[in-house]
Amino acid sequence: MADGSPASAAPVAEDHSARERILSMGGVDKVFGRDVVALRDMNLDVREGDFISLLGPSGCGKSTALRLIADLIHPTKGSIRWDIPRAPGDLSVVLQEPTLMPWATVADNVWLPFRLQGKSRASVQNGIDEALAMVGLDEFQGAYPRELSGGMKMRVSIARAMVTRPRLILMDEPFAALDEITRFKLNNDLLALKDRINSTVIFVTHSVFESVFLSDRIVVMAARPGRVIRELGVDEPYPRTEEFRTSAEYAAHCRGASGALKDAIGAGQ
Amino acid sequence: MSDMTLGGVVEIVDEEELARARSRKRQAIARYALPVVVLIIVLGGWHLLVTVNEIPHYILPGPDRVFSALVENWASLIDSWWVTITITFLALSLAISVGVGLAVLFNLSKWVELSFFPYAVVLQVTPIVAIAPLIFIYADRTVGLLICAWIVAFFPILSNTVMGLNSSDHNLRDLFQVYGASRWQKLRFLEGPSALPYFLSGLRIAGGLSLIGAVVAEFVAGTGGIGSGLAFRILEASYRLQVPKMFAALFLIIVTGIAIYLLTSFLSHMLLRKWHESAVRREG
Repeated sequence: MADGSPASAAPVAEDHSARERILSMGGVDKVFGRDVVALRDMNLDVREGDFISLLGPSGCGKSTALRLIADLIHPTKGSIRWDIPRAPGDLSVVLQEPTLMPWATVADNVWLPFRLQGKSRASVQNGIDEALAMVGLDEFQGAYPRELSGGMKMRVSIARAMVTRPRLILMDEPFAALDEITRFKLNNDLLALKDRINSTVIFVTHSVFESVFLSDRIVVMAARPGRVIRELGVDEPYPRTEEFRTSAEYAAHCRGASGALKDAIGAGQ
Repeated sequence: MSDMTLGGVVEIVDEEELARARSRKRQAIARYALPVVVLIIVLGGWHLLVTVNEIPHYILPGPDRVFSALVENWASLIDSWWVTITITFLALSLAISVGVGLAVLFNLSKWVELSFFPYAVVLQVTPIVAIAPLIFIYADRTVGLLICAWIVAFFPILSNTVMGLNSSDHNLRDLFQVYGASRWQKLRFLEGPSALPYFLSGLRIAGGLSLIGAVVAEFVAGTGGIGSGLAFRILEASYRLQVPKMFAALFLIIVTGIAIYLLTSFLSHMLLRKWHESAVRREG
């Protein structure tokens, strides 16, 4: 949370544009090879506290957008700008695979972002304890990834992403490979965690239900070429609980997002 | 977490499970017992062959004569054994440091790899017995032996380590980049550990090869006297028709080879047992 910024401390219902902008994409194109347009003219303002879902069919450039923001690839045209001074540990990622180092224990895996900043294990042990406690795995510090289930590995991956208390977390379909029961549980936990560390999340998914449950902004994208076709707001208060999943509002938002997604798929044909 | 079963000690009652447990136990015993049984049969057969056919010992000595030759010539054999062991391990250490060093260099610079890897292959595909006589023209005996054994041993370490360094998970590579890892950190924390299983399997091959290299090179080097290894003892004994001594020296070479194999396997197991599938399965 930014110091001395009263807006960021306000409840979610507060006017969105009053919150501090942390990142903006302006007219971003990305072309792969000679002529594969993965993304065309993408504009996005990311404000403090946002939970943005990038929703769309495969090939719509949602993962490309995430990789561009992560600075793993660079725009062919346009710009991606951080509007806040960025410190190490302000950005983290969670990928579809848990992406843990198999040779390192759970605690050592969570240590990684700090370790790469040159911080000793002892100096950040409290942070590691806390991050693992947040995802309910404090008992498993000494376990190796192969001893954990898929859901638990993903929790470690999330703990690693949160351990530096980043301002922006990028998530690329993190729960797509998990069973539905585990996915629902992790959705609930993710919201609680985001709230707890006051982070901003950009979340790539192809699930309408997941995007409505999690986000306050849904960016619907279409394929061939990858582009944004619509942005929907989900103006429902946080914290959202299991009851929200069965509410009429949830159903209405899902209908809206489904309709937009259908348009997107139609537009991509 | 509810999604992990922490199994306590449960008494097995299922027939199939009992049968499986019995078969596991039998296999564990057989793993050590069967090779010993085979050894006894072979030694007994050998002894029988020699005694029944009354083969003269200067053509094929029985195992008892080989053993007494080993005892009688112990003083000279053990000196030579030590020479062979020294050259083998020096060559292996050299193969490890040059192999890993080059692999890291190749990993850091694609240009270096493209320039030099073909020549590493040339070294590998040229038969050592064909280069050895040349090497002994330019280098003195010990250095020559070392170079020969090194040439044979270093390639598996180089090629395996290069492959291992390049095989790190691409998602992890992305992650390291997002977290701003330096080139050195990537090597130290990501590519190094990824390469470890590959390196260790290269090491197991190289261990045996360095012994072979040391022995073969000595056959080529020929001349001996003080500071000669086991290969020279075999040559010497063959000139004098001391066939039992030839077998005794051969026996020591085999023992050395087995010891190197066990040592490298043990090292590999200790380093990988916590996390790598190859080592984890063996425990189960």
